[in-house]
Amino acid sequence: MEKPGPQRDTTDPRDPGAAMTASEVDQWFAREVLPLEAALMQFLQHHWRNRTDVEDLVQDVYVRIYESAQKQLPERPRHFVFTTARNLLIDRARRAQIIPIEALPDADTLDIALDTPSPERNAIARDELRRLQDALDRLPPRNREAVVLARIEGLTGREIAARMGLAEATVSHHLSNGIAALADMLYGDTTKDAGPK
Amino acid sequence: MSEPQTSASAVKAAAAHWFERRNFWPVSAQDEADFAAWLNASLAHRAAYVRLEAAWKRSERLGVFKKSARPQAPLAPRRNLRLWFSSAAVAATFAVALVAINPFAPAPDADIQTFATAIGGHETLALSDGTKIELNTNSQLRTRITATERKVWLDRGEAYFKVTHNAKRPFIVVAGNHKVTDLGTTFYVRRESAKIRVGLVEGRAQVDALNAKTSVPSVQMMPGDVVIASANRIETEKKSITALATDLGWRSGLLIFKHSTLAEAAVQFNRYNSEKLVIAPAAADLKIGGTFKANSIADFAEVARVVLGVHIAHTTEHTIISR
Repeated sequence: MEKPGPQRDTTDPRDPGAAMTASEVDQWFAREVLPLEAALMQFLQHHWRNRTDVEDLVQDVYVRIYESAQKQLPERPRHFVFTTARNLLIDRARRAQIIPIEALPDADTLDIALDTPSPERNAIARDELRRLQDALDRLPPRNREAVVLARIEGLTGREIAARMGLAEATVSHHLSNGIAALADMLYGDTTKDAGPK
Repeated sequence: MSEPQTSASAVKAAAAHWFERRNFWPVSAQDEADFAAWLNASLAHRAAYVRLEAAWKRSERLGVFKKSARPQAPLAPRRNLRLWFSSAAVAATFAVALVAINPFAPAPDADIQTFATAIGGHETLALSDGTKIELNTNSQLRTRITATERKVWLDRGEAYFKVTHNAKRPFIVVAGNHKVTDLGTTFYVRRESAKIRVGLVEGRAQVDALNAKTSVPSVQMMPGDVVIASANRIETEKKSITALATDLGWRSGLLIFKHSTLAEAAVQFNRYNSEKLVIAPAAADLKIGGTFKANSIADFAEVARVVLGVHIAHTTEHTIISR
């Protein structure tokens, strides 16, 4: 776990029996799995009739992925993520007896369908800045202000409270809401393309 | 193992709470122990926390809006001065400290206070009636608060008003040839060369020409309205409240652009900086969007360079953007 700022959390290997250290898994998860979140959500929405379950299903997929990855990091992350999702849906479907299992495409098909050629590097950097900007713009105004003061101006919670003229508990609320919403928009957003409005 | 978990939204909220707490507030050893216990209680917690960390790390790129691309004289942190005054005497002390009193005021009047900011300045005034005024860069206003009337002259620049409404004591802002009367209101007034611009955030307000001879009727504003008034006409634009928030980015020291041309952006930056931004004609119409620190032309130029592929040159007092 790494914490931005001066302190560094060095409590690292959490399970001496595990093949991978916790931080290796964390880094792998952030690098390989999180960028697939929007596609994963799309897949789950498409194949699970109750859309309100999707956020919980994503969480369950992540837990399964973490469990496996602690033993060994999968070689083909994308394939692994969608296979895990598919298996989860099958387990759920069996239990609830709702959808025929054959309705689910197998992960190999998915793999091909979802693999897109990587765009040129510059374009990615440009899109990323736009996407970030766009996500920021879509936060509720107070959340946004708190996040901007924290992220762009580098202020602490207390400084933000003073700047915004709000109680510290209120700032805390705006910040954590804003950061959580930012994460949802950066990773999970399937509703719209990033880009200037 | 993988179920049942606490609902994902509850886990996300807890992760955000911990992340926010550990990164922006002083934490005790006990807090850290509690955090470790929470983190290790479930892999769902761990995944949610790592996800937030990663998102925050990703948003670091937004810091280009702050970090200077080249060495710069350190800027004084913006003062967020709050002036609370209950008596004219106290107010006068502040006024002397803060401003140069304009000797050409309407009439020498003990009740008149003058406030001004320099280029890049931003001051918050809290009037004794509860009204709050924020003065933007390079602006000056005078106030006369009496038992029967509250009057403000915006002599230069821009101000944001959050008015404590009192029907018996109207709040009037005079800017150039027009006056804005508050009817329970949050609004801003900006003076541009021959025009004034009034944006209404909430409540109601009315804009009138001062000169009764003009045939322009008064305008009743609704929230989201932006009125642009020049010598002989008043136009109203309907904007969303979010779009208005964009106009008010300066309250956080920010300039916010959505599909603005570089030329328009330069006009805004030049309001806030004594060092000026110059756009070559060939680059003037290129569009840019984003949130920028109002006091850093260098950051803006760097983003324009990266995003639009323009060229940047510097002279002692200018930053020049060309294609």
